Amino acid sequence: MYSNKVMEHFMNPRNVGEIENPDGVWEEGNPVCGDVMKFYIKVEDNRIVEIKFKTFGCGAAIASASALTEMVKGKTVDEVEHFTREMLVEELGGLPPNKLHCSLLAVKGVKGAIEDWRRKKNQNVS
Amino acid sequence: MKRIYMDYNATTPLLPEVLDAMRPYFSENFSNPASAYQSAQVARNAVEEARIKIAQILNADSSEEIYFTSCGTESNNIVIKGVAFENWDKKGKIITTSIEHKAVLQPFEWLGRYGFEPVFLPVDKYGILNPDEIRKAIDKNTILVSVMWANNEVGTIQPIEEIARICKEYEVPFHTDAVQVGGKLKIDLKEMPVDFLSLSAHKFYGPKGVGVLYARKKARFQPLIHGGEHERKKRAGTLNTPGIVGCAKALEITTKEMELENKRLWHLSEKLINGVLERIPIAIFDGHREKRLANTVHLSFRGVEGESILLSLDLKGVEISSGSACSSADLQISHVLKAMNCDPIAAQGATRFSLGKYNTEDDIDYVLEILPPIIERLKTLSVL
Repeated sequence: MYSNKVMEHFMNPRNVGEIENPDGVWEEGNPVCGDVMKFYIKVEDNRIVEIKFKTFGCGAAIASASALTEMVKGKTVDEVEHFTREMLVEELGGLPPNKLHCSLLAVKGVKGAIEDWRRKKNQNVS
Repeated sequence: MKRIYMDYNATTPLLPEVLDAMRPYFSENFSNPASAYQSAQVARNAVEEARIKIAQILNADSSEEIYFTSCGTESNNIVIKGVAFENWDKKGKIITTSIEHKAVLQPFEWLGRYGFEPVFLPVDKYGILNPDEIRKAIDKNTILVSVMWANNEVGTIQPIEEIARICKEYEVPFHTDAVQVGGKLKIDLKEMPVDFLSLSAHKFYGPKGVGVLYARKKARFQPLIHGGEHERKKRAGTLNTPGIVGCAKALEITTKEMELENKRLWHLSEKLINGVLERIPIAIFDGHREKRLANTVHLSFRGVEGESILLSLDLKGVEISSGSACSSADLQISHVLKAMNCDPIAAQGATRFSLGKYNTEDDIDYVLEILPPIIERLKTLSVL
């Protein structure tokens, strides 16, 4: 059902956990409907230097979050804001049609964390 | 890696004795039982012997009350739509429960679009229908009541005799989907006043592609499939001789072994339930602890997701199914758990272990060994 890449991320997810005092944090999803993902980021010079996640969800949800953290780590926030779910699905070697929403959840989650970082940064400036 | 199959409610392996019984009817005697020559007579005899055997096992009045179909889903569809077609002009109320298999729920919903009035009765937190609900819902416009004998997901057994008697009192035809009961519980149609009953051979170690429909002699229904005189004009189509022979053989064997096998499975399933509840604090048992099929264990794990558990167990060689939204095609949690008013978050961590003939005590020990670290790992990953 899943690609080897998905199974590999599912069994050995990267960047699991939380960050204390993150620069940005975002929770996406709803436990009643299925998956919930939470991303924590540290940003230096507009670059994501650290990222952690936690996921309540299926194999595709865990793998999507894990793979995305690897893809965005070390990238600038501007680069990450151009990430699409198609890029993540490609990285994962495909997802079953009814699991595509998991990839969207991950992308929305990471972008949410970036938005949170921007919001906090702007507050500090003003 | 050794594979440990624990999904017997989904399907079962064909017994070697059943395959042996079926074998002569594939190539050696392939004749159409409806043909006129001698070899066809042999095939016809095999089908009729199977019909008689099944009628005897179920304690039906006559083998003429047994019809062969292609599966349990077809049997359910014939009854529900067949009774509706019988009442097409006057329409009427059709009553069922909210925990039925989709092979009952969807025909009911479909008939709702054609002027029938489907009613889906609630169940309690164990998944049991209170027979008083039938009394409250049934009226002079009711044309059919359909209640599953035992639930496929949680294994809860319904008070089917009482429900059947209420329907008889009101002279409303009563159907029971007994797909999860065939070969697992004693079915005595002289004791039990049901008008229609559905079975599926592959759920009791028979072949896939064979269903049984029992219809009491006086019960009226229209056929779904037209195209010949087969099955007393109630189900056209060339008879599946090897499948039918295999179905009867499988029902015979499982009925003979039922009592001992149920004792064995009860012991194994209780060990599994107790073991999991002792070892895993977030585990919840779903269903009724006593009024359940001996083989069926439904457990939810709050804060982890069912498909993740399924995948993790699969990687360790254990095959189960999950009731979580993520593992279903429609991304909805199980309608059965919803009807039982289960905690919707815990329901995301729903798993079903359905045991069978080839499971051993060692299998249970193995699951009890590997499951706690799986749940622990997923819990560490989880936001909840």
